[in-house]
Amino acid sequence: MKSIGNVLLAASSGLTFALLYAPVVVTVLFSFNAPRGRFNLLWQGFTLDNWRQPLRDPALSEAFLTSLALALAAALLAVLLGGLMALALARARLRGGRAIALILALPLTNPEIVLATALLNLFVGLDLPRGPLTLLLSHSLFCLSYAALTLKARLAGFDPSLEQAAQDLGAPPLAAFGRVTLPLLVPGLLAASLLCFSLSFDDFVISSFTAGETVTLPLYLAGAFQREISPQIQVLTTLVLLVSATLLLLTTPTGLPTLRKLVARPRRDPFGRPYRASRPPGGGEPPGL
Amino acid sequence: MLAPGLLWLTGLYLLPLLGLVPLSLSEPLSRFGLETVFRGRLTTYLEVLQAYGPILWRSFGYAAIATGIGLLLAYPLAFAIRFRGGRWQPLLIGLVVLPSLTSYLVRAIAWTSLLGDSGPVLAVVRGLDLTAALNGLGLLRAGRLLNTPTAVVLGLLTNLLPFLVLPLVLAMERIKPSLLEAAADLHAGAWRRFTQVVWPLSRPGLAAGILLGLIPAAGDVVNPLFLGGPNERMIANTIDNLLLVQLQAPRAAALTLVLMALVTLAVMGQLRGRGGLDALPLP
Repeated sequence: MKSIGNVLLAASSGLTFALLYAPVVVTVLFSFNAPRGRFNLLWQGFTLDNWRQPLRDPALSEAFLTSLALALAAALLAVLLGGLMALALARARLRGGRAIALILALPLTNPEIVLATALLNLFVGLDLPRGPLTLLLSHSLFCLSYAALTLKARLAGFDPSLEQAAQDLGAPPLAAFGRVTLPLLVPGLLAASLLCFSLSFDDFVISSFTAGETVTLPLYLAGAFQREISPQIQVLTTLVLLVSATLLLLTTPTGLPTLRKLVARPRRDPFGRPYRASRPPGGGEPPGL
Repeated sequence: MLAPGLLWLTGLYLLPLLGLVPLSLSEPLSRFGLETVFRGRLTTYLEVLQAYGPILWRSFGYAAIATGIGLLLAYPLAFAIRFRGGRWQPLLIGLVVLPSLTSYLVRAIAWTSLLGDSGPVLAVVRGLDLTAALNGLGLLRAGRLLNTPTAVVLGLLTNLLPFLVLPLVLAMERIKPSLLEAAADLHAGAWRRFTQVVWPLSRPGLAAGILLGLIPAAGDVVNPLFLGGPNERMIANTIDNLLLVQLQAPRAAALTLVLMALVTLAVMGQLRGRGGLDALPLP
């Protein structure tokens, strides 16, 4: 009975991973395709040409750089504004704190198109020409919510007595913040920046309303469906994926180190004795049944 | 410290959002620009609901089907990651997230190759002689996969899967091992431990997943645009078209507000009796 359950569980998990990775595998594969015609959608034959000239599509490279710059700027701005908000919200028992948290959550609970329509209306009303500035304003806005909420969650688990202790020992408030709170916040700040960066880098809906003549990578890709799907699109995506996968392997505690140590340790996690991260590294027995 | 952030939120979000209300009651000044004049015209809402009501229901329908199938797939995977993953748990979670780090437009391009008329999926269908049967079921249209609801739902499904899996894993991580041990001590078998401990305690994860999966899917632009045909357009495509092509800003505003109202109702429905957003296992 139990083994049938396990087989079903493995089969279903395998199917889910297959669905998740089907488009990824196809993208990587098609970066090695030698397409006939303008659309790299049909498999014709293996080639390394696309990888030898990853920048052969200048419009693509330019859009890529635009998106890179935009995402960096938007993430920085959002983390700065959001971090300040999170600090204020987490510290004082602020009146209206709940209302502010609700306003922060609103952009997240609505589809992007709602924000896009509202922003376009605003920019048209203000007669603000759409371009890099409006892009930065709108991207920093939708990133702000994510940044503030991520950092607020981090600060909720933060012990204020640490900073008080530093002040008791004679540190001025700013120094206490800089030497105690800020270093503890660094992982949260990094996580929030990465999240904001990838959200902005990937945004299509809001950009299509606020970009004007500026072409970001997603806008270029959307245009590619009508114009030309060059294999460089797949090459560039594969490169980005490689970088992300490397970061992932290096940052997960169970990445490379475990791969090395795996052979020595048998896995033992029957149902009812779930794995706990707090278990000592020696792998002691869980409290007995 | 709150001031700059609040300025951003008020100036760029709340005020423009409120600005949609008078806009939805206005009329376009001419057919060639986005300028409008306020007339207090409520009938726009009626017109919009009449003209685009079916598209609105279709959007939520596609999103609901994708979320439903997604939950059927995500629940066992989350369970496997949490209870069978062992030390591989963080890596497995990373593997769930990794595909979302590619642009969803690139993924739509990949689905176009996979589902195309000479693509591998249809080749398998033809090889197994299933074309007629799948046509009959409505999964294919005239032997094609692209420009069908199937393709759109498939695209939505792969986009929202990680957002269903993550909250479920988080919710399951909150289940104290001692509860399962206690259940085992009381001679509950694996099945009863699942139905009486794991399932009820993982339900906040389902609610969070529905929030994170269903709502973006209902407002999706890319999948219906590139994987669906004219008959699979969803509500965000309609708003996009009204605003940028037809220059019917009041209608677009009215439709946006209707969509927002529906989504807010759905969110409140999911949050009722669960202690608000803070209590949900949101990643």
